[in-house]
Amino acid sequence: MSALDLKLLRDLRRLWAQALAIALVVAGGVATVVLAVGSHHSLDETRIAYYERYGFADVFAQIRRAPNSIVHQIEAIPGVAMVEPRIAQLALLDIPNFREPATGEFISLPDKREQVLNRLFMRQGRLPDPSSEREVVVNENFAKAHGFGLGSSFAAVLNGRKRDLTIVGTALSPEFIFAIGPGDIMPDNRRFGVIWMPERALAGAYNLKDGFSSVAIKLLPGASEDEVIQRLDDILEPFGGRAAYGRKDQTSNAWLSHELDMLNNMSRTLPPIFLLVTAFLVNLTLGRLVALEREQIGLLKALGYANRAIAMHYLKFVMLIAVAGIAIGSLAGAWLGNYITQLFGDFFRFPFLLFSRDVSTYLIGATLSLIAAAVGAMRSLLEVARLTPAVAMQPPAPAMYNHYLPASLSLDNFVTQPTVMMLRSVARHPARSIFTMLGIAMATGILVVSLFTRDTMEQLIDVTYFLADRQDATLSFGERRSADVVYQVAHLPGVLAVEPSREVPIRIRHGSVERRVILSGKASGADLSRIIDVNLRPVVLPEEGLAISGMLAQILGVRVGDTVEIDLLEGQRRTVILPVAATVEDYFGIRAMMDASALARLMREAPAVNSVHVSVDRNALDAFYTKIKAMPMVSGLALQRVSLRNFRDAIALLITTMASIYAGLAAIIAFGVVYNSARISLSESARDLASLRVLGFTRGEVLRILLLELALLTILAQPPGWAIGYGLAWVMKTRLAGELMRVRLVVEHFTYALTSVIVITAALFSALVVRSRVNGLDLVSVLKTRD
Amino acid sequence: MNETIFSARGLTKIYTSGEVEVRALAGLDLDILSGEMIVLLGPSGSGKSTLLNIMGGLDHATSGTLFFKAQDLTKLDDRALTLYRRDHVGFVFQFYNLLPSLTAFENVALVTEISKNPMRPDEALSLVGLKDRLHHFPAQLSGGEQQRVAIARAIAKRPEVLLCDEPTGALDSKTGIKVIEALLSVNEQLGTTTAIITHNASIQGVADRVFFFTDGKISKIQKNETRQKTAEVSW
Repeated sequence: MSALDLKLLRDLRRLWAQALAIALVVAGGVATVVLAVGSHHSLDETRIAYYERYGFADVFAQIRRAPNSIVHQIEAIPGVAMVEPRIAQLALLDIPNFREPATGEFISLPDKREQVLNRLFMRQGRLPDPSSEREVVVNENFAKAHGFGLGSSFAAVLNGRKRDLTIVGTALSPEFIFAIGPGDIMPDNRRFGVIWMPERALAGAYNLKDGFSSVAIKLLPGASEDEVIQRLDDILEPFGGRAAYGRKDQTSNAWLSHELDMLNNMSRTLPPIFLLVTAFLVNLTLGRLVALEREQIGLLKALGYANRAIAMHYLKFVMLIAVAGIAIGSLAGAWLGNYITQLFGDFFRFPFLLFSRDVSTYLIGATLSLIAAAVGAMRSLLEVARLTPAVAMQPPAPAMYNHYLPASLSLDNFVTQPTVMMLRSVARHPARSIFTMLGIAMATGILVVSLFTRDTMEQLIDVTYFLADRQDATLSFGERRSADVVYQVAHLPGVLAVEPSREVPIRIRHGSVERRVILSGKASGADLSRIIDVNLRPVVLPEEGLAISGMLAQILGVRVGDTVEIDLLEGQRRTVILPVAATVEDYFGIRAMMDASALARLMREAPAVNSVHVSVDRNALDAFYTKIKAMPMVSGLALQRVSLRNFRDAIALLITTMASIYAGLAAIIAFGVVYNSARISLSESARDLASLRVLGFTRGEVLRILLLELALLTILAQPPGWAIGYGLAWVMKTRLAGELMRVRLVVEHFTYALTSVIVITAALFSALVVRSRVNGLDLVSVLKTRD
Repeated sequence: MNETIFSARGLTKIYTSGEVEVRALAGLDLDILSGEMIVLLGPSGSGKSTLLNIMGGLDHATSGTLFFKAQDLTKLDDRALTLYRRDHVGFVFQFYNLLPSLTAFENVALVTEISKNPMRPDEALSLVGLKDRLHHFPAQLSGGEQQRVAIARAIAKRPEVLLCDEPTGALDSKTGIKVIEALLSVNEQLGTTTAIITHNASIQGVADRVFFFTDGKISKIQKNETRQKTAEVSW
């Protein structure tokens, strides 16, 4: 080993704590890349493989009733590879020892052939006997939530007739990875189940012999989804077809994609911060090392070492630290990535998990870190090359300070000398001070990003559950009902108020942009389910005119006052032009609303309803539920309070997991920056501090002087940190905003305060670590040597 | 004459480094009177600096006693020594040790801010002849001026003891004399007990007594009946 390499190793050993602090920041960057990209790859590959192996369809459509004879027509559409006609119906379930009515999505299993699309992965048991009227397979989550095993039974009201069903198997399906019941926004495995039943039994119950009510289609590679959907809609239209849709709009797939996008987003937002801090810390530490070793560098040059050899020596120092960081980060990232993959895998219940072992992820993380470290080292390496031996072996000129204020305004009258020292030091190294501040601000920013979700979600809950949809429950009917049904519901036990809602599928268009959405007719003066505009005020709809989701308005590029073209996809299927009267603040899905009587006129129908919102006396809930379970026409019941509880549970998990990971990362950055800055200040001012000790300053006082500057920078860093955090949160929010879900960015004062408390605590911790160094100052030897 | 301010008996300091033991002080006895001007002479490694460090509370003795008035310094812990330095001792070193980020005035104020009965910084700087250089930074002062700021800083708290370790070591003769002048005027005007380590034997005439050091002991004490004026010092 060459003498220089020996020096390198000894330098590393001597500066191990600072080196480790930098390595940890590098590790944080690599870990976020590996963790986020790795788990995203793993889950994405798992999803792709799952979809492929179990034949997840590309296009879906629901019909009221279509004869099997048209299946050939569908198969004949160019681009269609496979067609799976089936019966799919929603029905209320009556589960023993479970108070609330649950909803089941019943799907038929073909009698005489194998399923071709959306095939089941059997977890337990077997498929039902095709001739059985009672045997069913249920999705695993539903079975687990109720503690059902093979042989367990429950009842369902199928088309008005109550039946007892027996579970003979549990299964997973690529179609219901994320299983959300009607009217819900989060999965509730107790209140929503997917139930597969033999075709004959289900056809019998719904009078669908030789017919189907749902179709799933697999496309040929390269086929145009839009064209197939268009042709399919044309074929299904006469049979009460509701608009067909692709995977993008399939609920389960859309939510799964949303979750994966979140992981992907994290891998793009966080690593740049770590890379920036890495470059800064390397710059700081190497700069100081080179300054301290000035004479040695001069000596090496005098001995005949080339600039390149000496610069390479210091570059190696930096690269070794980066490599250590990359190693730590890769291990931590791989471990965390597997953990997150497992966590998501369990949540979604994939039948299998493919762990991505993509080396390129690690290579990207490693390369970026090495580049950041090299960029950070650049200034010092140039300094090394620039030093001429004769100059280098002289001590550097004494530090020059300036008066920044005229004598008449001297600071001496207001503050103590240690404060003056601190202020002049900050002013003397403006770049360093700013970067130190920026580094600390980044830590605060990352924390804001990790904690803003809570505030934003609370705002979402507030608007969704307390401003807009204030009903206790929503009853939905399998089919359109006449307005009389409202009176029946109003007379159910405990019902305090009712509000009918009519839902019509439409295609809404402005220019060349169009979307398929549901148009809801709202009773005038609706007080339970209200329309809240983007200024968070309730909207009273005009006689004519639509209220549309703010997101939809943005997609279509329309404002209040503009007109949009609407294809009514039910009944007479007319195309009409309507003005946009309001844009609505909502966070899930995109939709349109209008006055119920205006909608009835538009549809040229007598007032009809698809669902009824109700407000229920809490003391009468049992009687209410019992009655509902016996109502044949009710196919689904959404409960707002339960929905809210599920939503809170789901985000609580997300927030705790993410917040702990992010808080850890932020603490690493805060510690890395503050510790390195403190060590460098200590190294630069050891002599001054020793002088102060000799003059009679206590250790505590000297430590305070040393850390005063960092304390000031830490405090000053907080407001920019909040701003950075808000900006990052805005970027994340904006990247994730979509038709499926979006949020309004809200960050409470408390959150800002909390992030600062955490960062300041991390800074204090690094101060404690530096304290032992101050206590160990050798007073005599420091003062007896020349600077 | 005055009371005894320092009294050492059997004062010993042993430095151990690896297997080697160095006896820097080998059972030294001495008494210094209040207000005296003492010069310590002797070759390198004879124990002068070690004695000064222990007297100033910068270092601990291995054995023996060293009384400052009624207080045995060898019994004090680190915290008490810090307070002792803060209240009673002023130091001047060969390499000034000024804080580069503070002006002359502020370097002195650094001490006056933590002292019980200090003089004003400008007063201290006037005593050493620097009242025109109050707002200069160390980098803007010559070596002699910097050393005089260090003296002003040392005396501003009105210490009972002023300990100087080679205060003129880094200076040329002309500036060196100015520094010695400053030390003498402090000694005369304030009555501060002053001990100066030097390699420059020509300074010995300005002292009340001169201690000659050999091998960690005082080998000879020379008493000057009359103190030389600095003008008479031949450098």
